[in-house]
Amino acid sequence: MTTTFFVNLMAAGLARGTPILFATLGGVVAERSGVMNLGIEGMMLVGAMTAFATARSTGSALAGVLAGISAAAALGLAYAVVVVYLRADQVVSGLALGFVGTGLSAVMGAPLVEQREATATIPSWEVPGLSSIPVLGEVLFRQNLIVWIGFALVPLCWLLLYRTRWGLAIRAVGEHPSAADSMGVPVYRVRTISMVFAGAMAGLAGASLSLAVTPGWVDGMTAGQGWVAVGLVIFAGWDPFRAAAGAWLFGAIRRLPLDLQAVEGLPLFRNPNLGYFLSMLPYLFVMAAMVAGSQRAMRKRLGAPAALGLPWTRGER
Amino acid sequence: MATPQPSDSVVAVAMRGILKRFPGVVANDRVDFTLRWGEIHALIGENGAGKTTLMNVLAGVVRPDEGSIVVDGRQVRIGSPRDAEALGIGMVHQELMLADALTVAENIAIGLRDTGWVTRWGRIGQELRQRSQELGLPVQPEVPVWQLSLGERQRVEILRALLRGARVLLLDEPTAALGPEESRELFRSLERIASAGCSVVLISHKLDEVAQVAHRFTVMRSGRVVTSSMPMQGMSRERLAEWMVGHEVTAPVPNSAGRTPGEPVLVVRGIRALGDRGQEALRGVSFDVRTGEIVGVAGVAGNGQRELAEVLTGMRRVLAGRINLGGVELAGRPPASFLDAGVAFIPEDRRSEGAVSALSVAENLALKVYREPSFARAWGLDWRALRRHAERLVGAFDVRVSSLDQPAGQLSGGNLQRLILARELSRPVRFLLAAQPTRGLDAGATQSVRKLILEQREAGVATLLISEDLSELLELSDRLLVFYRGRVVADLERERFDREIVGKHMAGVEVAS
Amino acid sequence: MRGIARVGFEPRLEVSAAVRWSHTVLSVIGALLCGAGLLDAAGVDPWAAYGHMARAGLLGSYALSDTTVKATPILLCALGASVAFRMRLWNIGGEGQLLLGAWAASAVALKLLPTSAPWWLMLPCMMVAGAGAGALWSAGAGALRAYLRVSEIITTLMLNYVAALWVAYFVFGPWSDRGFPLTPSFPASANLPRLADMADRWPSLSGLTVHAGVLVAVGAAPLLGWLLTRTRWGFELRVLGANPSVGRLAGMSVTRHAVVAMALSGALCGLAGMCEVSGVVHRLQDRFSPGYGFTGIVVAWLGKLEPWRVVVVSFLFGALLVGGKEIQPGGVPQMLQGLVLFVIVGSEVLLRYRLVVRRAGENAA
Repeated sequence: MTTTFFVNLMAAGLARGTPILFATLGGVVAERSGVMNLGIEGMMLVGAMTAFATARSTGSALAGVLAGISAAAALGLAYAVVVVYLRADQVVSGLALGFVGTGLSAVMGAPLVEQREATATIPSWEVPGLSSIPVLGEVLFRQNLIVWIGFALVPLCWLLLYRTRWGLAIRAVGEHPSAADSMGVPVYRVRTISMVFAGAMAGLAGASLSLAVTPGWVDGMTAGQGWVAVGLVIFAGWDPFRAAAGAWLFGAIRRLPLDLQAVEGLPLFRNPNLGYFLSMLPYLFVMAAMVAGSQRAMRKRLGAPAALGLPWTRGER
Repeated sequence: MATPQPSDSVVAVAMRGILKRFPGVVANDRVDFTLRWGEIHALIGENGAGKTTLMNVLAGVVRPDEGSIVVDGRQVRIGSPRDAEALGIGMVHQELMLADALTVAENIAIGLRDTGWVTRWGRIGQELRQRSQELGLPVQPEVPVWQLSLGERQRVEILRALLRGARVLLLDEPTAALGPEESRELFRSLERIASAGCSVVLISHKLDEVAQVAHRFTVMRSGRVVTSSMPMQGMSRERLAEWMVGHEVTAPVPNSAGRTPGEPVLVVRGIRALGDRGQEALRGVSFDVRTGEIVGVAGVAGNGQRELAEVLTGMRRVLAGRINLGGVELAGRPPASFLDAGVAFIPEDRRSEGAVSALSVAENLALKVYREPSFARAWGLDWRALRRHAERLVGAFDVRVSSLDQPAGQLSGGNLQRLILARELSRPVRFLLAAQPTRGLDAGATQSVRKLILEQREAGVATLLISEDLSELLELSDRLLVFYRGRVVADLERERFDREIVGKHMAGVEVAS
Repeated sequence: MRGIARVGFEPRLEVSAAVRWSHTVLSVIGALLCGAGLLDAAGVDPWAAYGHMARAGLLGSYALSDTTVKATPILLCALGASVAFRMRLWNIGGEGQLLLGAWAASAVALKLLPTSAPWWLMLPCMMVAGAGAGALWSAGAGALRAYLRVSEIITTLMLNYVAALWVAYFVFGPWSDRGFPLTPSFPASANLPRLADMADRWPSLSGLTVHAGVLVAVGAAPLLGWLLTRTRWGFELRVLGANPSVGRLAGMSVTRHAVVAMALSGALCGLAGMCEVSGVVHRLQDRFSPGYGFTGIVVAWLGKLEPWRVVVVSFLFGALLVGGKEIQPGGVPQMLQGLVLFVIVGSEVLLRYRLVVRRAGENAA
């Protein structure tokens, strides 16, 4: 019994945590280049809606995913122009982006809310043989494709940031843009591209939601996961591996109430009203994670990228 | 040390007619500058002479309004730092361009294109170690920059410029934060670099040092060139100083008042404090300031003066020690206690620490007195009384404003400084702490600020004057403390003021007393 | 440099009030145009939609009454947001603070005071409870920020979701009226009086749902203005918001002000929640707020954090919400509100810098 509990929990943690993982990875890259990324929620929603709509009309999940990625990336580009070139305040612009995305997806997605049947979804992948292994088989080898994409993207992001010259450029721009500029790195372009990448990842996150995890489209279906991603970026210390840990953990915590209700020895958790309090756990987890993250940062003198949130021009520091 | 001789006569860089204007000032007024291959060229001048701007033009950081640049015989256009790098020009700025959180190797590799798809840091590290040894600038590639001393960081920057192909090296005030041994090492490296055929431009206002190592020099003053490309050999310090300042430099004015200072008002004992990066910034500082006395604090920037000011205003915590002002123990107390004890503070950075740019003149002047009962009304502040107070101050201190509601950020440097002084002195003061009070001010403003400080001394205020302007310190102080590496290494009475001895103390050289 | 004109940005030294107003107006127009384009792409006739919104929101006494009703909580939330924003504390938990204020007021009305309690006891208690609950909800995030440097953006946001779940628990559970997701109606003494209540005496007032909450909201604006400009606390808040270092040097306590500012901010939003349940819905129910907290943030920014400007903009957004209610598809007001914020923030660069065309000299390097 307990094994089933944990197996379900871990499997769901991976599955539900993956959209957040995508969004967080995108946030990590953008913030590493010095651009705050508060508008993830809006980009995710736009991505989710566009992906669903496209998948519905074309019958292809792949087309849906690509469309979702592009739409969110476009929003990211608009935000990047405003924040990098026009040097607008990043906090308020991020909030505005969130609002725009939320509203836009609501308006354009309205006709989709009723229709949920028979849409193309992203397939799962049951690995032959490996999926029969007890515990691990369930958890790892019977997941949706997106989880595998997640597995691949985490080390790839790490490699990008720490083992390529583009990653070095991104980090340099985020730590000391004037120095990067004097070394010939095109600061504006690097920041814009990082932000477009973040948008694309948020779009992928949204598409994962509407085409895999909770197929369909409902107004505001991300339920704050985009904002959670912003918090997880801080908790992750801007590192891809810690981001993965946080995202999957968050996914498990979201799942926790459901699994607790299935446990036989604990009838308390079947009380439907208790469900509300259990649903608060993920959000409280994010707050606790951020407190822990701040303490860790202060202790180890690791902090945010030094130039995070500060608009930059040549000639200023 | 034998005076070096340039071996080449081919011109590396020729700048002609460079004109650069910033709002309100002409930084470079049709300047000509010539640099030969293989020479170390000193670009000398006071603060604001235009030296840094000229080199910024050469380095592509700033674009001139007019003028031409010829590098190695070809006319070029330098529109960005990348252009300069392509031409083999590298600049090491006064404020180092290193990302603290990245390692040495990473900082050097920023923007390099030939590292392949996946950067092999191990291999790069090895190469770096090797080449840095060859060039006489050894570094450790894997160390994050924030752990390095200023001298080591500078070495990394120079190495970076050289490894990226710089044959013309521009150094802006390189010895500003170096100790004597590190400065000597730096000069040895520069000589090695020059003898290999590269050219070095040293921007500095430290005549002693540049005289030791430069082959030629150019003096700038107020945006113009005063003397160009003269050989250093045989040049006297006095001549150089004269060119720099523009008139005969006289001995410091003897202190006319000849006062006898009173009892110690500020007693500081055994202060230890950490700096921003966790390093020990103050290592057991002890001194007194008496009523009616000006104590000057001399020292190269970065030896603990800033932290001292922060400790004496309650903005930085002390690890140990006592700060006693007029009988009140202040160590560990918040800034409000310092204010109540009668501390007045003129901060170094007047625009960002001295006044609130967005608020009005009247509001800024109210900052010191708004808590007093005489300015309070039933539920709030008595702005009418506060405005009257502001008017009085503006008149008394000659602060030129268009109206009391003018945003403080619009005031000129001199006016802003007078505003800050007016505010700080509007309440009875026991102890005045002035950090770089005349920095960046024109002659007239400088005079009025100095006069105000002297007046405070007449009134019996104990003053601590922190300044990078040694002449100012020698002129105004009754006693002089010299700071080096977070300690007071000298405490000189006025009769014993000697520029050379003070300079030695500032450089950390042991001096027989 | 070639000898042709060069376009560049030059920092602007002074921003006149005329420039600021025109910036606001032009931004709104710009956002409306963007919105029109997007609506068009969604298959909606934008001009018909806008026209309908204008009429439904502004023409006629019913429209104005509805607009005022919507504007009331928006104004209170916007005032709350602007207090926090003045100290560069990004309180985006207005929505949650509003919900919690509504909950606390409901607790007083339904559980804490007897139904026979008179209105002059009931209503003030509800207000205090509402403001207090909002204040606590916000001050917690403020303390985390002041003492542990935890980003208040995330904490206030997370608390929004927690607040919604909190209210849902009570509304679906212990306080539920026969299983529906709402509580029983409040006793009459707990309802803020409306114009429509006096319809027996003055029949022309029937149907006008404007309630006394608007007096609270419109009264709060000058009160806040006075607090900011005429009191010691307000002075310190403005100084700390503009330049914390100078504030600290002058002896002000950043941490104390952070917590107090956030608490006041939350109190105003909590009060908005109380006004909504007491003046409009007359009970606590699930999802009674269409995002007033978030609208308040946009309004605060648009009003440049100044109380009177905020009042004007609140009414405009109230009209927007009223007008947008009947338009298909839903979500248009939210989208427009996001666009307005986006456009205004993006064009703020024009306030700080001026576009300059200069002729460069010849023979430049």
